[in-house]
Amino acid sequence: MDNKKSNTLRGLLFGAGFIAIAAFIFTGCPSQQSMLDTRDAAQKVYVAPGEHDEYYGFFSGGYSGQLSVWGLPSARFLKVIPVFSQDPETGYGYSEETKPLLMTSYGFIPWDDSHHPHISQTNGDSDGRWIYINANNTPRIARIDLQTFETKEILELPNTGGNHASSFVTSNSEYVIGATRFSIPYEIDLDVPIDSYSDEFRGALSFIALDPETGMMEMDFQILVPPYNYDLGRAGKGPSADWVFFTTYNTEEAHTLLEVNASRNDKDYVAAINWRRAAELVRNGAGETMSAHYYHNYYEGNQGIAINDVKDQVTVLTPEDGQDFIYFMPTPKSPHGVDIDPTGEYIVAGGKLATVIPVHSFSQMIDAIENQRFEGHVENIPILDYDATIIGEVENPGLGPLHTEFDGRGYAYTSVYISSEIVKWSLDTFEVVDRIDAYYSIGHLMITAGDNVNPDARYMVGLTKTAKDRYLPTGPKQNHPAQLYDISGDRMQLLLDFPTIGEPHYAQAIRADKVAPNVKQIYEMEENDHPHALRRVADNRIERDSDVVRVYMSSTRSHFRPDNIEGIRVGDTVYIHLTNLEQEWDVVHGIAIKGANNAEILVAPGQTKTLKWEPTRTGIYPFYCTAFCSALHQEMQGYIRVSAADSNVPLTWSTGGN
Amino acid sequence: MNTLKSLLITLSLLLLMPIFYACGGDESSERQRSEPQAEETALSEFELEHGIGPVTERIEISDDLDLAKVEKGRNIYEMKCEMCHNYQGRMVGPELGNIMDRRSPEFVMNFILNPSGMVRDHPVGQELLREYMTVMPFQNVQKDEARAIVEYLRYYYEENY
Repeated sequence: MDNKKSNTLRGLLFGAGFIAIAAFIFTGCPSQQSMLDTRDAAQKVYVAPGEHDEYYGFFSGGYSGQLSVWGLPSARFLKVIPVFSQDPETGYGYSEETKPLLMTSYGFIPWDDSHHPHISQTNGDSDGRWIYINANNTPRIARIDLQTFETKEILELPNTGGNHASSFVTSNSEYVIGATRFSIPYEIDLDVPIDSYSDEFRGALSFIALDPETGMMEMDFQILVPPYNYDLGRAGKGPSADWVFFTTYNTEEAHTLLEVNASRNDKDYVAAINWRRAAELVRNGAGETMSAHYYHNYYEGNQGIAINDVKDQVTVLTPEDGQDFIYFMPTPKSPHGVDIDPTGEYIVAGGKLATVIPVHSFSQMIDAIENQRFEGHVENIPILDYDATIIGEVENPGLGPLHTEFDGRGYAYTSVYISSEIVKWSLDTFEVVDRIDAYYSIGHLMITAGDNVNPDARYMVGLTKTAKDRYLPTGPKQNHPAQLYDISGDRMQLLLDFPTIGEPHYAQAIRADKVAPNVKQIYEMEENDHPHALRRVADNRIERDSDVVRVYMSSTRSHFRPDNIEGIRVGDTVYIHLTNLEQEWDVVHGIAIKGANNAEILVAPGQTKTLKWEPTRTGIYPFYCTAFCSALHQEMQGYIRVSAADSNVPLTWSTGGN
Repeated sequence: MNTLKSLLITLSLLLLMPIFYACGGDESSERQRSEPQAEETALSEFELEHGIGPVTERIEISDDLDLAKVEKGRNIYEMKCEMCHNYQGRMVGPELGNIMDRRSPEFVMNFILNPSGMVRDHPVGQELLREYMTVMPFQNVQKDEARAIVEYLRYYYEENY
């Protein structure tokens, strides 16, 4: 019996051995192919603990109004930079220092919609100094300093409805552009019937000059254009560096049910503007000064308090015959994106209702202008002959091509919304060479430095609109996904699929070594010029001026000074000016006061921030540090006594036995 | 016969082993672990008396006070030290009014410039941490500024003791 069993076992083993050998000989390592693929992808995005990613990715927040920062290729989430919305994590838009940044000619706006981050450029390549981003709803552009990853400046655009074609910079950061998506009457607050659209409404293209040293914005001039929807823009590069391009739709001039009424024309336009020529015309007095009302918010020096600089004028240039600075290129059909290849020669439009991707040639455009190959004019703007400027039409691009970026190796990559895919095509043959699915419904795509003169073109990120079943379900509204692709080879390869924050429209990625070495670790106390900063510990104090009380408070591990305060009265407006005296990287302190209706605040090392507090009830108010700062963080607390409005409790403060 | 079979089985298994091993091989399993560094190196006589940090030799201290340095040191002291130290009596950290009587200038400078290293690696620092239970933060003080703080504390001591 035993022997028989043993024989059977041997037989089985022999059989298994032969099968294994045969399987190996005929197929190689079993199931190894798919395993290798997954592993290969995993290794390409693996960044070991403690190691850093090669790229910073800056993803717009879309309807969150913010900008999120990611490490690529690992897709490590690094931080949210608050820009156009209040942020309960950092106190941005809650502290007295940052509230002015969100002021507009319409008042304080706590929440906007951010779309297109664009990194400042030098010689057509991202230089990592600043990043600009647009607010679409109440039209603005913000500048974020990439030394501190903080919003430092916000400029409102006058006479603009929906600043969507923004905030793209020219190739040496001479200008950042903006445009009206929704044409509106140009005169301020003009009250007219909506059906006076064609007569009274106008588009405005904004040219905001940038200071080469500080990156600060200044509204230089606007160009008044026909009442179309100006959708997206891009600056040229190389030979086309003096030009910017905007797509238009709704050349039908519809003002209702645009999805039908603005989709009738077979072609709309790409507007080509020679910004250098336009600026010269303005310098020579061709512009007209018009009254306007808009806010410019920024920090002055190291004061650390944003100020509101309210403007009342803007220079407007209305195209006239023979000025030779603006042209329309007919482009099929309701084009969305307009993207310029690294050589500056190809102008690629994403005709979202078109069956092809139209590609204009910059040099042909210049020839057509010189030879006056015009189809006609609209409001003194020459319309170029389509056949004169077009150099290629990419066939079979899928349904709904939107945006294109480039790898610098002769290929373009276009996101295609309706058929939810990315197509790779040749800038030589204008033929599709590869396509890959997007999950699901892709909007923008982004290649590492993919809009630069010298793209890195290692990775591509697809920014998609719906997650559906891609991750564990999180309710009827889920976060928007992004996919990371390896584009270093002939075929695009999906590496990673990850949820993002808000709804990223456009994103940009830059090599980390262009940014990381310049990032500040602290705000140096010696440079803190905040008018309510504590420069010396001995200066901590409380000052009362009628019912306004200013508390000059400091924080250091692990106490506030002062931490016992009496003599506050109901009806007082109390400003807690908290200076964080720490000078060590990443050591932040926060303050929260029971019942404070405004906010908490969080203060970076060496900074001063202010919490406004209006106590409405008598009693004892505990306050504490909200950031786990040290081993004795739980001890970092204090009390404020609030007495009746008519009380005589003297104003006193102390810390410890002092 | 049985022996032969066993031999064949064993041989065939042996032959297969490298095949399976090759298929299952994983480069990442070969990752290297760095050896824990021996941290307990004996402190030199200088370090024992004058602390561990960027100041590694005696500095020249003149008997006369340099009043410009005193003023510079006072400003830094009031900005970056005073919130945790009294001149007399302990607060978050030890009193400093008589520190120049208790410690060498180099020791004070090293403590300012390398506080985390001092409480980790120096017996006096370790003892202070046990007593005060708070790690002194580095306050972005440069070497010449630490030297100025020493001058101010010398001045304070001469004036008040």
